[in-house]
Amino acid sequence: MIAQAADQPFVRWDWIVDHVDDIWAATWEHIVLTAIAVGVGFVISLALSMLALRHRRAYGPITWVTGILYTIPSLALFAFLVPITGLTTLTAEIGLVSYTLLILIRNIVAGIDGVPASVRESAVGMGYTRRRLFLEIELPLALPVIVAGIRIAAVTTIGLVTITALIGKGGLGFLILRGLNLFYSPVGTTQIVVGTVMSVILAVAVDLSLVGAERAMTPWSRRRSR
Amino acid sequence: MIELTEVTKRFGGTTAPAVDRLTLTVADGEVVVLVGPSGCGKTTTLKMINRLIEPTSGTISIDGVDVTGLEPHELRRGIGYVIQQIGLFPHRTVRENIATVPRLLGWDRARIERRVRELAETTDLGDDMLDRYPSELSGGQRQRVGVARALAADPPILLMDEPFGAVDPIVRAKLQDELLELQRRLRKTIVLVTHDIDEAIKLGDRVAILSVGGHLEQYAPPEELLRAPANDFVADFLGSDRGIKRLSLIRIADIDLEPGPVVPPGTDVDRARAVMAGYDTDWVAVVDGDRMLGWVTNDGLDGRSTIDGVDLEPFVTRLTPNNTLEEALDAAISSHTAIAAVFDGERFLGMITVERISREIVR
Ligand SMILES: Nc1ncnc2c1ncn2[C@@H]1O[C@H](COP(=O)(O)OP(=O)(O)OP(=O)(O)O)[C@@H](O)[C@H]1O
Ligand SMILES: [Mg+2]
Repeated sequence: MIAQAADQPFVRWDWIVDHVDDIWAATWEHIVLTAIAVGVGFVISLALSMLALRHRRAYGPITWVTGILYTIPSLALFAFLVPITGLTTLTAEIGLVSYTLLILIRNIVAGIDGVPASVRESAVGMGYTRRRLFLEIELPLALPVIVAGIRIAAVTTIGLVTITALIGKGGLGFLILRGLNLFYSPVGTTQIVVGTVMSVILAVAVDLSLVGAERAMTPWSRRRSR
Repeated sequence: MIELTEVTKRFGGTTAPAVDRLTLTVADGEVVVLVGPSGCGKTTTLKMINRLIEPTSGTISIDGVDVTGLEPHELRRGIGYVIQQIGLFPHRTVRENIATVPRLLGWDRARIERRVRELAETTDLGDDMLDRYPSELSGGQRQRVGVARALAADPPILLMDEPFGAVDPIVRAKLQDELLELQRRLRKTIVLVTHDIDEAIKLGDRVAILSVGGHLEQYAPPEELLRAPANDFVADFLGSDRGIKRLSLIRIADIDLEPGPVVPPGTDVDRARAVMAGYDTDWVAVVDGDRMLGWVTNDGLDGRSTIDGVDLEPFVTRLTPNNTLEEALDAAISSHTAIAAVFDGERFLGMITVERISREIVR
């Protein structure tokens, strides 16, 4: 059987052509799973960061807990969750979101801490309220650091989404898993290659568009380096 | 009017107060400079006025209203604030930076734009600078934007914490002059912090000298400080050259002039030489009423019987009553005669001698 596989082409282009719709559907699911994870992760991280910024003592425990979440092997985490939340998107997202928190919180807090004290002092001295200071001064100035965090979180999540194939989700991971089950056939390797390549392309594309978005949103730092 | 009454600030965890029972009044339209060594509580005092720091005890009122009764952010929108690091918003253009407080106050766009242009002109910022980001400006330009931003909503009060500390001496002198010029027109109530005594003397209508622990050592107009320091601390702080510094604060109009070695036309040479001897000079000037005709050296009188008909030299250095004694000293010393002539337009007023100036120094 192994000898037979060696005679076969590594990638079956005809399979790809026949399954364009499948590939696209898997990619789209991958994008949606990633976007929800990073989006929800960001909202939670923002809230926890604001808490940590206001009450410094909360920062330690927050990073401790999210740090533990970050180190739990993903397979183990899903194994824990399935009995509770089943083979659902919710299970997948709980896992994915929990992996984004540490990176995002660290970057949001670091970004806002990086706002020069003189800028903050002059803003408060001119009559900014706490809320407007955060939204109009601190957040925009922290943007480059925050976006750097989002980029890492997004790329990491794109990789992790493939693992959710084990609980019946997985986007492109579903292709890879199906390919693994057919490992010694050309159709199997084709699916593994397609799933992997698309996942890498997706990661690069998302990263580049975040870089672009950051540049568009921070014209002041772009002009400085000119 | 800003009134601080028995204001004390103790920071948490410290026993010695940063500011100790400070009582100080700043009149409307006055520039008061807080000066003193590092850590004496200048910044703390300033920040208590706009409530960036709350006093431990004592009261601060503006126009009779206790500031603790006001919403901090509303109080602050009515007070211009400039700090040493300026704190311009790096993500906003010069135009947006200047518009900060008007925007917080909810002015409409057109009014803000008009105001921004007006201020750019007042603070000598070109129109082409309005769309730049702070990182694209020089230190001096940033400082001007900081001042323009503080003035934007036309607040009656301006608090400035070492506003010119971060620029080189030449730019600093220029910005100081600009501030004085601005103040002549705007008549704001300004409290300015510095640790540079020369800046304090130059800018302050009154100067408060603080020592570490926030003790007020003396509060007086600069001329009075230099003439009559209240104690050794103040005298030391002013420096041993305080007599000389004082010269820059006294105008020629403030002192009595001497006639100088002058004679009317028609005076005979012996008489003219007697006048020279009286002033211990080797020249004499000829004055017709209040018209200065010029001067001539002793040698120039040889072989003459009267002063008429000699070749007279004009006075090159001409002081006016508006010049300071510092400028007079400079003129007198560099004239080699140790005397300088003072004119009001074409009218000769009298002479000022180095000796007369030095009497002001010792006093
Ligand atoms: N937030 C704070 N917490 C504790 N102590 C403080 C705080 N701010 C200032 N101090 C202390 O209060 C004293 C006065 O400080 P302040 O900043 O008013 O000095 P300053 O006169 O402005 O000095 P400088 O000329 O160096 O700016 C100093 O001893 C300083 O260490
Ligand atoms: Mg200070």
